[in-house]
Amino acid sequence: MAPFPLFDLIGKFATYVVYLLIGISFGAVLEMSGFALSTKLTGQFYMRDQTVFKVMFTGVIVAMVLVFGATGLGMLDYNRIWVPPTYLWPGTLGGLLIGVGFIIGGFCPGTSVMAAATGKIDAMFFVGGILTGIIVFGESLGFFDHFWNSSYMGRFTLPDLLGVSTGAVVLGTVLVAILLLWGADLVERIYDPKKKLKPDLTPAHFLGAGVLALMAVGVMVIGQPTVEDLWQRVAPEKEPLLANREVQIHPAELRKLYYDPQVNLIMLDVRDEADYNIFHIKDARRVDLDKLEEIVPELQNAPEGTVVVLMSNDETWATEGWKRLVALGVPNVYILEGGINNWLAVYGEGEHEPLATGGDETLRYVFHAALGDKDPVAEPSQHDEGIEYTPKVKIEKKAPTGGGGCG
Amino acid sequence: MTTLAHTKPMTKVGSRSEPKPYVNPYVGGVLLGIVLFLAFFLTGNGLGASGGLNRLIIWVIDLVAPQHVDRVSYLLHYAGGDKNALDHWIVLMTVGIFLGGFISGWLGRRVKLETVRGPRVSVRQRWLLAYLGGIVTGFGARLARGCTSGQGLSGSATLSVGSWAFLLAFFAGGYGLAYFVRRLWN
Repeated sequence: MAPFPLFDLIGKFATYVVYLLIGISFGAVLEMSGFALSTKLTGQFYMRDQTVFKVMFTGVIVAMVLVFGATGLGMLDYNRIWVPPTYLWPGTLGGLLIGVGFIIGGFCPGTSVMAAATGKIDAMFFVGGILTGIIVFGESLGFFDHFWNSSYMGRFTLPDLLGVSTGAVVLGTVLVAILLLWGADLVERIYDPKKKLKPDLTPAHFLGAGVLALMAVGVMVIGQPTVEDLWQRVAPEKEPLLANREVQIHPAELRKLYYDPQVNLIMLDVRDEADYNIFHIKDARRVDLDKLEEIVPELQNAPEGTVVVLMSNDETWATEGWKRLVALGVPNVYILEGGINNWLAVYGEGEHEPLATGGDETLRYVFHAALGDKDPVAEPSQHDEGIEYTPKVKIEKKAPTGGGGCG
Repeated sequence: MTTLAHTKPMTKVGSRSEPKPYVNPYVGGVLLGIVLFLAFFLTGNGLGASGGLNRLIIWVIDLVAPQHVDRVSYLLHYAGGDKNALDHWIVLMTVGIFLGGFISGWLGRRVKLETVRGPRVSVRQRWLLAYLGGIVTGFGARLARGCTSGQGLSGSATLSVGSWAFLLAFFAGGYGLAYFVRRLWN
């Protein structure tokens, strides 16, 4: 399923060639649409030339329908696509400034680079300005870096905000966009009457709009895959890992990971609050199984060398969590073998008496107080106590194609 | 070498080297949408441009003042120590935009060394304004962690709330100031 780990499949050089080709296509499309001319670009803001709006919004809705259509059909994994995280205020202010820069200077970064290539000297000065502006930014960031990092909302999408399905958002956006594009055509004719006496809209336009609208309906009807759907797709490959006990790690291995400086360990405890408060391993975070999906973007953006270990009292819930994270494309996910009960069995001797009774996923040790991570056994021992185990963690290198977005 | 305002390439009947007309904006938009989709499909990343320029200038700074780079945390992230700021896919994409612009322009006979400006602005004024507009844009692009390509196109297509907010703010900024700078373009 796309997107593909290109670095692994074809190596770095070929991957960079792919990006180069994509860039070439992008630059070519911009140029052939007329965006090398600053006068044409700024015409958008004087209403007479709606090309910028038409090209941008048509591009956005076409890409949107294709992305979510492909995801609905199981050909593309939206969860592994880079979606810029929302920093609401810096992003909005930055957008405003780019709009200001556009109307003063006549370009945006992409168009200026493309236009410079076709000999437009004004674009070359604009590029020079961009480079200067970046220097100014870097040198002055110290004065406002708090603002720059403020209002972080993570991977926050319109369906999240509006509380409706992705398909509904796609269909709604496409329909509104088609309406606005039709309006843009009208506006052009009103503001530049000498341009057209004949109507601009041909049957082809209506056909195109109709096809796009139909595709958007299709996207809504197909729907987006649930976590369960995603798991079913990867189950043939991933289920054996569970059955062969390849991803369940011994507490002693967890101890080792905890102190390994090259490992960014993320421990997720999927038990309920009560058990978590009684005892949990130091630095383990509590996450409800149902809320796991929400932290996936954070896990995917985590640095190289990140290992995620799920734990519950035994293995049942942790395994369910493992399936969900794996289905959503999180790499390097493991399960604490035997869960907290096993951790206590290995390290809790003398501290806590075991309980004979208790069904699956109950804490089967005696705790006289709810100490959480202040319990003597909560912090992994700094000494390797020579316990034998089979090491299972193999850290998959993250495809560098993921994350970072615009760099 | 300088050109007055025009929004379509000027065609002279019978001339062998007249620029070819632009494509229909909707065709351009569909092509753009397909390119954007292919970027996501093949690589998992969208389109972008400001990031490439960002890394370019940081690479230059690293060349002339590496100690400075290691002391400013923003620069350190990209070029600290041994890191090569240019070793990132966004740089390749930005180079591609340049090449693609040239190829398309050359095939369309639209490559011409010229300064495109409004009818009431001199060449020198246009250069200065382009430079100033660029400064504001460069700063804004870093502030927004992206530009119209990365945030506006790619982020919007993937339904990021921040990207849609970006887009609205972009048009607000342009339309808001348009009346006051109308002399530049009309």
